Amino acid sequence: MRSLLIRLRLALQIAILAVAVTGAARADDQHAASSGGVQAKLGYCKDCHGPSAQGYRGYFPIPRLAGQQTEYLENQLRAFIEHRRTNNVMFNVAHALSPSVISALAANFRSLDPPPVGGAPRQLVAEGKRIFEDGVPDANVAACAACHGPDATGKGEIPRLAGQLYPYLTKELTNWGKERGQNPAKPDTSYIMSPVAHSLTKSQVEAVAAYVSYLK
Amino acid sequence: MTSTRPSIAVFAIGCFVVSAMACRAESPAVKNCTWCHGTSAQGYTPAPRLAGQQSLYLENQLAGFRTHARDNPLSQQYMWGAVANLSAQTARDLATYFSTLPPKAAGDGDMELVATGRTIYQVGMPDANIVACVVCHGPNAEGVGQIPRLGGLAYSYLKRTLEQWGQGYHTASGPPMPNIARKLSSNQIGALASYLSFVK
Repeated sequence: MRSLLIRLRLALQIAILAVAVTGAARADDQHAASSGGVQAKLGYCKDCHGPSAQGYRGYFPIPRLAGQQTEYLENQLRAFIEHRRTNNVMFNVAHALSPSVISALAANFRSLDPPPVGGAPRQLVAEGKRIFEDGVPDANVAACAACHGPDATGKGEIPRLAGQLYPYLTKELTNWGKERGQNPAKPDTSYIMSPVAHSLTKSQVEAVAAYVSYLK
Repeated sequence: MTSTRPSIAVFAIGCFVVSAMACRAESPAVKNCTWCHGTSAQGYTPAPRLAGQQSLYLENQLAGFRTHARDNPLSQQYMWGAVANLSAQTARDLATYFSTLPPKAAGDGDMELVATGRTIYQVGMPDANIVACVVCHGPNAEGVGQIPRLGGLAYSYLKRTLEQWGQGYHTASGPPMPNIARKLSSNQIGALASYLSFVK
């Protein structure tokens, strides 16, 4: 009887300790969740990408995420982590994101719909529209609309271009081969854009970038 | 008699030239600013350096003082009154003029904190949701467009500004700085202000 009581008391003490420990752990998790959780990370993204993720012309152009295809966003965040896409700042940012936070962030950005920030040279838009809709047959460049959609909103993994920042688009198209597909051990779908980026002239890049940057 | 007239003439011409240069260098409108902002607008505590600042940033600050959007205590005490009679054109001219003056770095931060400040500036602190300042403010903290040059501003000015945003005071133009500054600890603010005060 006495040994039963001793064992029961011990069991009770262990139970109390277990509750106390998990209670403390939960408080720590909550603290971690408050800085690693979706709302905190969303605010962090918006510090650079804009209050409605519309993008921002910093010293470096920070792209629009609003209305972006979720598959594309998730792929890019993974690409930064896997060094398939070279960007020191985004490598550090993406590293701190768990897969479930990445999915939640992507879904959140998908739902945002601010107007484009604009600012591209208006006189280039007409030629940009022609290139977007008809391609550049002489240079073997397909119409952008064929993959990115007639309204440039993208599909599946193929990104939305509508409302994207003009200086960001020109930088990406110009530097495609230096920034994307950089991990030879992990080839990715960015290779599809390589011939396009390579074949467009500087003024064609600027024209098509200006055109899509104004699309809603 | 004849020997003094040429020397008076030379003296008079000399005065005219010197005063003309002074006029070109510091018009009355500019003098109104440099009383407080220092010789060649290099700053004079607590008034920040204006020399070499992004002109669009300066214009926006002057507008922010006019609308009272920028509302920290020293702004209220000095700048709201200073711009009350400033026309938009004069504001733009002043902003352009100050942006052309060569800036001198204050270099008055804590040297021991520079390395930490540099890391926060260039890399950010992703686990603490603090962005890398470099993305907007540039590799040399030079700024662009409406984004200010931070390089070489006085330690006390940078520190006070970051702290005030954390206390709830407003910028001339909305987010993101108050959101960012709110997340910085006072050690991180000291480190950033120290690093930036040395950046040329």
